[in-house]
Amino acid sequence: MKFSFARISGTLAVLFTFALLSSKVQMQAQFAGASVPNGSTLTIPVAQIIQPEALLHLLQGTGAEKPLMLQVGSHMMYAEGHIPGSEYVGQGSQPAGLQQLQNRVSSLPRKRAIILYCGCCPWNRCPNLGPAFAKLHDMGFTNVKVLYLADNFGTNWANKGYPVEQGR
Amino acid sequence: MSMGIPQPALRNSTLVRVILFLWLGVNAALASFAATSVLHKAAPEFVRTDLNHRRLDLRAYRGKIVLLNFWATWCAPCQLEMPRFVAWQNQYGPRGLQIIGVSMDDDSAAANSLVKKLKLNYPVVMGDEKLGHSYGGVMGLPITFLIDSHGKVQAQYQGETNLNSIEEQFKPLLRP
Repeated sequence: MKFSFARISGTLAVLFTFALLSSKVQMQAQFAGASVPNGSTLTIPVAQIIQPEALLHLLQGTGAEKPLMLQVGSHMMYAEGHIPGSEYVGQGSQPAGLQQLQNRVSSLPRKRAIILYCGCCPWNRCPNLGPAFAKLHDMGFTNVKVLYLADNFGTNWANKGYPVEQGR
Repeated sequence: MSMGIPQPALRNSTLVRVILFLWLGVNAALASFAATSVLHKAAPEFVRTDLNHRRLDLRAYRGKIVLLNFWATWCAPCQLEMPRFVAWQNQYGPRGLQIIGVSMDDDSAAANSLVKKLKLNYPVVMGDEKLGHSYGGVMGLPITFLIDSHGKVQAQYQGETNLNSIEEQFKPLLRP
């Protein structure tokens, strides 16, 4: 029997996919029954989501007005690492954090470009982005994007070699 | 006939070199940022007071297998792991496993409340950015480090990890 390169690589691809899927299923099983917090990221419209690569290009561009970048996670995580030029405005999951966010943006034109990000934990489990986005939407802001970090800030931003600043 | 490079071209060439130099510098800096992993290195030592007001010195756990778990009250996947950690501490504690929690909450009140609610049976200390940086930067939770009996970091688990695979990794390191 003759084994062609294509056949071997095809088999390996099938095995790899199977291994990947079974590990994903196992992981989902151990977290089964976990409730999605209210105001989760699932409530954010897809059109308002920006990918890390797109934000990087935006920041590197020469556009006149840079977006206002606001981190809405914990202060300690902001101190661990944040996007240069971004500001910390309190946790979106806390009433005090939402108040801080409101205070920061209340005087801004409603068309101002704003980027919200967190990256505390996996995207669909982040408790901060959904409420923060809803707050800006309720205040009438029309140009808000939310940075999509699938796993966390470290994995999907810092480890990619994108710019990071430390400190409060 | 002059073979000289036209001035604008020379300026452009210098500009390209400057940009290239800056780009390389930025990349080197970023690479060093990403390369601060503690994997296969001595676990950074620390001494803190735990939430029960007892002194906790990581060095005192030499000889044990330590799972150092960074978590926070706002991190849903962290809270899903904790009951399993409690079970492991009960089951494997007599064989030398010690779980240590590090709360990355901004204040201890919320952490204290969750520790009581989940009836954690292992010590928890409050973390800060200094401790986080010493472990390579904690920029996403949960993150857990497996430290062997010599105080060396054997593995690092970031994000939603398959807990069965963590268990399979530390079990062979425990006493029979």
